[in-house]
Amino acid sequence: MFEYLTLTSWSPYLAGAGIGVLCCLAFVLSDRPIGCSTAFVKLRGLIGRTINPEKTGRMDYYQEIVPKIDWALMIIPGVMIGAFISVLLSGSFHLLWVPSLWESTFGPSPLLRVIVALAGGILLGFGARWAGGCTSGHGINGSIQLSLASMVTAACFFAGGIATALLLFHGAGAW
Amino acid sequence: MTLESIRANSRLQIVLGLLFGICFGFLLQKGGVTDYNVIEGQLLLTDFTVVKVMLSAVMVGMIGFHVLRHFGYVRSHAAEGTLGANVIGGLIFGVGFALLGYCPGTVAGAVGTGALDALVGGMLGMLIGAGLFAEVYPKLRDSVLQKGPFPAVTVPEFLRLPTWIVIIVLEIAMIGLLAGLGYLGF
Repeated sequence: MFEYLTLTSWSPYLAGAGIGVLCCLAFVLSDRPIGCSTAFVKLRGLIGRTINPEKTGRMDYYQEIVPKIDWALMIIPGVMIGAFISVLLSGSFHLLWVPSLWESTFGPSPLLRVIVALAGGILLGFGARWAGGCTSGHGINGSIQLSLASMVTAACFFAGGIATALLLFHGAGAW
Repeated sequence: MTLESIRANSRLQIVLGLLFGICFGFLLQKGGVTDYNVIEGQLLLTDFTVVKVMLSAVMVGMIGFHVLRHFGYVRSHAAEGTLGANVIGGLIFGVGFALLGYCPGTVAGAVGTGALDALVGGMLGMLIGAGLFAEVYPKLRDSVLQKGPFPAVTVPEFLRLPTWIVIIVLEIAMIGLLAGLGYLGF
């Protein structure tokens, strides 16, 4: 059993099936879909409250998604810890600025990678809240519930993602 | 302890949120999807690990959820969407997804594996993006987010078919898709 935990990776089907079971458990014990983008709103709201409590208190969005330490916020530190435990057990933790696939097309500059990642992160956070969920909330948990809106959203995540990635990598190759 | 008392216990729920997050992050990493190369490879259609993980999760979760729902242990959270919210938001998300090479959950998982681009670019960007959305939310709420409501909340309602038939058809389609990927050598 322990040997299994120290493997670098599992079959994606097995990991996926485990995630399916985990999502069902979250519906039973917490009456919630496992989603990851709400946590970023809550954390941003908590930061806003420290910097400018008056303004943050007046903002409508934080009336609807209340910035506080709760289930939805704890998912994100949990995911960080869980992935850290996984790489610690397999001995594959390593610090990295520039992933190899990025480097093969755009070179080894950490600055360029971080600038594009930051732009991507901003659009990702903005788009996730616009759509009301992420790959997990809509893509997995919405689909599990047969939500029409979630399945359409997940298709749009990938349509936008595939089009942008092909343009980015193949467009850059042509330059 | 009843389910209702577990769900209503906010301190217990904070601990459960952390535990669900830990298990989720562990499984995401073991499945390989906390790696930029794997996610960007999916969007470049050269690596289908993300599809394999997601469809396996949906296949298991869909059956589990509806069996549990039949016995009254879970309730549906599916909400009515709109083209303005789900399609436009989904496409903006997609552009960010490809530029960053992680999604909101896997970006946190990647940080746990030591990816600094995910921390300094991705998570910081997510916080900025969520904050920007909160700024413009009052304007969007009464306009574009209301545009083009979907005709139904769930797929069975949309197709006017019994839930179990839709589940069987979707399960077969997902098995077929995964088998097809295997056949093509992905």
